[in-house]
Amino acid sequence: MSTTTEELSATTLLRFATAGSVDDGKSTLVGRLLHDSKSVLADQLEAVEHASRNRGQDTPDLALLTDGLRAEREQGITIDVAYRYFATPRRRFILADTPGHVQYTRNMVTGASTAELTVILVDARNGVVEQTRRHAAIAALLRVPHVALAVNKMDLVDYRESVFAAIAEEFTAYASELGVPEVTAIPISALAGDNVVEPSSNMDWYGGPTVLEHLETVPVSHDLSHCHARLPVQYVIRPQTAEHPDYRGYAGQIAAGSFRVGETVTVLPAGRTSRISGIDLLGRPVDVAWTTQSVTLLLEDDIDISRGDLIVPSEDVPATTQDIEATVCHVADEALTVGHRVLIKHGTRTVKAIVKDIPSRLTLDDLSLHPHPGQLVANDIGRVKIRTAEPLPADVYADSRRTGSFILIDPADGTTLTAGMVGESFAAPEPVQDGADDGWDF
Amino acid sequence: MTTVAKAEEGTDSPYALSHLDALESEAVHIFREVAGEFERPVILFSGGKDSIVMLHLAVKAFAPAAVPFTLLHVDTGHNFPEVLEYRDRTVARHGLRLHVASVQDYIDRGLLKERPDGTRNPLQTLPLTEKIQKERFDAVFGGGRRDEEKARAKERVFSLRDEFSQWDPRRQRPELWNLYNGRHAPGEHVRVFPLSNWTELDVWQYIAREGIELPQIYFAHEREVFRRAGMWLTAGEWGGPKDGETVEKRLVRYRTVGDMSCTGAVDSDATTLDAVITEIAASRLTERGATRADDKLSEAAMEDRKREGYF
Repeated sequence: MSTTTEELSATTLLRFATAGSVDDGKSTLVGRLLHDSKSVLADQLEAVEHASRNRGQDTPDLALLTDGLRAEREQGITIDVAYRYFATPRRRFILADTPGHVQYTRNMVTGASTAELTVILVDARNGVVEQTRRHAAIAALLRVPHVALAVNKMDLVDYRESVFAAIAEEFTAYASELGVPEVTAIPISALAGDNVVEPSSNMDWYGGPTVLEHLETVPVSHDLSHCHARLPVQYVIRPQTAEHPDYRGYAGQIAAGSFRVGETVTVLPAGRTSRISGIDLLGRPVDVAWTTQSVTLLLEDDIDISRGDLIVPSEDVPATTQDIEATVCHVADEALTVGHRVLIKHGTRTVKAIVKDIPSRLTLDDLSLHPHPGQLVANDIGRVKIRTAEPLPADVYADSRRTGSFILIDPADGTTLTAGMVGESFAAPEPVQDGADDGWDF
Repeated sequence: MTTVAKAEEGTDSPYALSHLDALESEAVHIFREVAGEFERPVILFSGGKDSIVMLHLAVKAFAPAAVPFTLLHVDTGHNFPEVLEYRDRTVARHGLRLHVASVQDYIDRGLLKERPDGTRNPLQTLPLTEKIQKERFDAVFGGGRRDEEKARAKERVFSLRDEFSQWDPRRQRPELWNLYNGRHAPGEHVRVFPLSNWTELDVWQYIAREGIELPQIYFAHEREVFRRAGMWLTAGEWGGPKDGETVEKRLVRYRTVGDMSCTGAVDSDATTLDAVITEIAASRLTERGATRADDKLSEAAMEDRKREGYF
């Protein structure tokens, strides 16, 4: 294998999302990241230039790189999350680019649900505005592990350090109140290219990383020793062939933590225990496997396990419950009401459930609570109480993003109604002293 | 083989997966979700590199048991013979069942008309849709990637289609965490894209890492071609060359494999996987921009085909 192949293969993957108000320069920032990392190819640029000319624009509109649908081009808006891909020699990136206006909350929640980092943009002339507070609140609710604040248009405030420092301080204070453990603030000009890919010569006072350097170096995985190990069983593999007459493997993607051969495990919801006799990592036997590897576990005892069960270490068994309290973001056009009969999908298990109560709705602008709103409509964030038909081993979302999350589905037409996160909405405002156990592991 | 990416300057923990391991694990998770939730899934298998990688991932996802899906090829009648030979050999090797939906058959029965430009790509939608209905497939795996095209960048991993296979981009279900919603009414089906987050380069790196065999037309070889719409097309019975187009022998390879009438070859001397990867990493053109005439028809050509039920 040549050096090229090895170099390109030995990179990690970072999923991140961008958020910004209209005119904060988000498209310009994304366009510059793609362009300056040489991820926009000649034919794409040619197509954008051609389309821009057809619209009577002199310079290529880089927003057209991501606005792919006819309706978006005709109306000049973005209506959906667009996924973009680019790479540097150090990392591969998946960017969930979420639009700034229509269905904003729904789209940002969707993008943030899988993101390990969110870039929040503000205009240096306007500072922290209502939209910025909404973006910070969503990142905090979704427990995105890293938040980067890009203070854009620094060229329009004469690259003054005092402007940047005041915005960074105000934002960081607000974010830490919401329980965001870490904010990295970066002064940039997306248009002029300052501190996006190359360090700026206009801001000698800034000693931190550029946006791309930060994206390349932020840690993508946490210390697993503090995580609850969880394997939702997706499928039982039983070849029943002459070669493998008794093979019985429990296939799934490790949602959190790690599993080791010889470990005693409990299978929920039934509660039976056994020991791991083998771990098959896609054709290769291993002694230990961790999130987010897809594996097949073999157990010493032939116990009844099927799709929807959860395998956990016997020394760390979550409580099962039929009463779930959660923070939700409603994503469907049809409202969620008290008494609504729904399906809840948690891990690999889907069961019937009913919405027992909607104690409050949250206004993201000022974090005020409106008690008993009666219903939640599209893009509303609120607290709900759900009664499930069968007990579920739900973790608190703050402890485990994958096993603390769920979706509600309309049983009649299959619509995805609501995104849910088990437990309290926001983390404790005071930063926890033990940095390795900050409650943000996933 | 799983590689833990090098921990560089303490930025990545030893538990960080390499990007290929992360993408592989995600794709396997998607295959297993479908196996767990659907009755009659099928993999669209053309013998192109993306469908070959899909099948390889499906084999790994269920080993040592057999892949619990059948395969479906929409045969335009203008296929590269090397690719058909590869298809049949692969199906036999894995002991799988292959369904074929034939565009030629629809033309012969008068149900479809040949287009003036000779391109049969858009003609695939009807045979595909009718085969899905007839066989009552409820999940249809496609090798589409979001990096391929603007409309595909907005596609979900689980994409609901009505009984006419139509895609409505404004009525897509939000996809949160890795909780895929596969609910569908009778007659509807879900298109599933396990390679959504892969790029062309990822696909080639994975092929190299896993040692996956490909049809030879992906590597540089001498071929009789002629120039049309800025691309090198293979001369043949399907309808080329026409007046004013001259055939010449060139050293080329294919970056994508589709219908012969609209898939162009690129000049290349890359005869090995490593050479192909180096060439792609340095390329200034996307694979569709370089090789697909049908996507050059308009800004929204792919979106329009997808709305009508195309892959």
